[in-house]
Amino acid sequence: MNILKFLTAGSVDDGKSTLIGRLLYDSGAILVDQLEALQRSNRKNDDGTIDLAILTDGLKAEREQGITIDVAYKYFQTDKRKFIIADTPGHIQYTRNMVTGASNAGLAIILIDARKGVIEQTIRHSFLVSLLGLPQVVVCVNKMDMVDYEEDVFNKIVSDYKSLAAKVGLKNVAYIPVSALKGDNIVHASERMPWFKGNSLLPYLETVEIPADTLTEHARFPVQWVIRPQTEELHDYRGYAGRVSSGSFRVNDKVTVLPSGFTSTISKIELLDSEPEAAISGMSVTIHLEDEIDISRGDTLVSAKNKPQVSQQIEADLCWMDTKPLDTTHTYFLQHNSKLTRCRIQEILYKVNINTLEQEFDEDFKLNDIGRIVIKTADPLAFDLYQDNKANGGAILIDSRTNVTVGALMFRANAE
Amino acid sequence: MSKQQLDYLDELEAEAIHILREVAGQFEKPALLFSGGKDSITLVRLAEKAFRPGKFPFPLVHIDTGHNFEETIIYRDNMIKRIGEKLIVGYVQDDIDNGRVVEQKGKNASRNQLQTVTLLNTIAKHQFDACIGGARRDEEKARAKERIFSVRDEFGQWDPKRQRPELWNIYNGKIHKGENVRVFPISNWTELDVWNYIRREKIELPTIYFAHERDVITRNGQLMAASPFLNMDDEDVVERRNVRFRTVGDMTCTAAVESYAFEIDNIIDEISASRVSERGARMDDKVSEAAMEDRKKGGYF
Repeated sequence: MNILKFLTAGSVDDGKSTLIGRLLYDSGAILVDQLEALQRSNRKNDDGTIDLAILTDGLKAEREQGITIDVAYKYFQTDKRKFIIADTPGHIQYTRNMVTGASNAGLAIILIDARKGVIEQTIRHSFLVSLLGLPQVVVCVNKMDMVDYEEDVFNKIVSDYKSLAAKVGLKNVAYIPVSALKGDNIVHASERMPWFKGNSLLPYLETVEIPADTLTEHARFPVQWVIRPQTEELHDYRGYAGRVSSGSFRVNDKVTVLPSGFTSTISKIELLDSEPEAAISGMSVTIHLEDEIDISRGDTLVSAKNKPQVSQQIEADLCWMDTKPLDTTHTYFLQHNSKLTRCRIQEILYKVNINTLEQEFDEDFKLNDIGRIVIKTADPLAFDLYQDNKANGGAILIDSRTNVTVGALMFRANAE
Repeated sequence: MSKQQLDYLDELEAEAIHILREVAGQFEKPALLFSGGKDSITLVRLAEKAFRPGKFPFPLVHIDTGHNFEETIIYRDNMIKRIGEKLIVGYVQDDIDNGRVVEQKGKNASRNQLQTVTLLNTIAKHQFDACIGGARRDEEKARAKERIFSVRDEFGQWDPKRQRPELWNIYNGKIHKGENVRVFPISNWTELDVWNYIRREKIELPTIYFAHERDVITRNGQLMAASPFLNMDDEDVVERRNVRFRTVGDMTCTAAVESYAFEIDNIIDEISASRVSERGARMDDKVSEAAMEDRKKGGYF
């Protein structure tokens, strides 16, 4: 059994929380005491049924205002798969929250209100999903009950969305007509939409194959920690602890250490008492090399046959996440996997109006702004382009004055 | 273009090990908060996977309310002997004796609230800049929104509105002096995942997790262990029942469930079939819908 992490994009008005509540409720993930708390909370729909949205609206302020303002994670599982939902807010002022949720997800559910069709926020959400490189999208056309379950309404929205998907570069898109409120096509196939032959949402999520977002040849291992017991019996022990971020490594593989460029061979891979022959993407292991090389946290072991780029000047997409605007005169921290360095924003190339997708030229980079910039780093970075290898193509910016995470970077080109 | 996928337990394990190593790499004086419960026991196992054959780059810290299940303390001391790591104990009793906190009165008196003060004092005394804990997002709604690296201000408070965005697998542990970070490596695990992992790894647990005979009283619909720490009166009827505990906290706030699960397989079956969540047996969450959020803002784990 594996885990599927997915993101839900849409706003309160689209019934997003209701959709998640419905998935949890109908799949039996809501337990008795949680249901009691739900009933105690006194929030009901107009027809007296329980308001399922409250299951995901975690914080007090959200309950009071009836909106989702942060990322909430929900967990459920069926016989076929485990699911982690990142429930993110849909309004434009919470773009950064959606970017955060999308950074870890393998699939996005984009909600469209059947009465409204493809609107400005649909464009925004689709653009963000594409920007963050999510490999799979499901468009749920919700509130079908409000349009008499009309097939034509659904078909029109599908056709509109297809042109949008082409424009923002989304390749794998599925479409499902649903009513989260009434439970149509969420867990069970709807009798009210016999014209729809596809899977309901849950069976779809259980079986969808997520396209790989990286090549197996992109073997990357950022070193987090060097294990050196320095005891008598383990005097010469030196293990490099980290997690394979992409690709895979095998014993006897030739590896290059970046940024230094030294080459060696893997002599052993360890995980506590076991010694696996190979470590695949996602595994946390300890790697031993044949040669004694100076390696420390922040260095990356890579396949000697397939190396990332090494540069101090990189063109990147930036999503700004702080209330204080970007300051091009300030030196920020940049964290790329285990590597921490300093950097400056050398140039703002353009910003994207995320509602219309038009490029704008504006020197001001404010909260939730997204655009293309060039950074200059103090130390060289061993990176891949985000579109080629997400796991080694993203970084965060930290304001050295406040220590807050202020930006998300997706590397797009070597600018050296 | 093929991609092998890890089994879910391997994936959760790898993520947690990665987080523990980030703590080691990013902080000067981290600590692992050890309660004797199954979640923190799981953390110890994960730390062994992250750092062996080296030593842990942090001590274990236990906040002792004095109202412990004896079995937990026995387990703790045996475990420390086995793993050979350092244990620091912060005693709530010390803070009661020096007047920093006042013991609650009345029938539902518990030291659960008081341990927050002792925790914050212990963090301050040892100047810990990161505290690793076994909280999981599936436990409760407020926890569902907490970051894996969760910054606390110098008063130990959590501000849910000022949480840092947490992108990809990159964790920002930068803090100002006096602040600290709570780190939750098993955020993405569910109760069932923890049990399945314990079974797979053959991890030993305190005996109170398994069904046993015990004197209990029924209070607010919950089975509480009869003990000198529980304020009892004539209305309380002590009965001998077959019970086990799903969480291990202070004796005065941890309820038992009737159970005949003597082996881990029975427990996993029981949880899979259960219709009450694990925190449903915690009196401290029942006070109000926002109970957990309020306690977390005040510095509770």
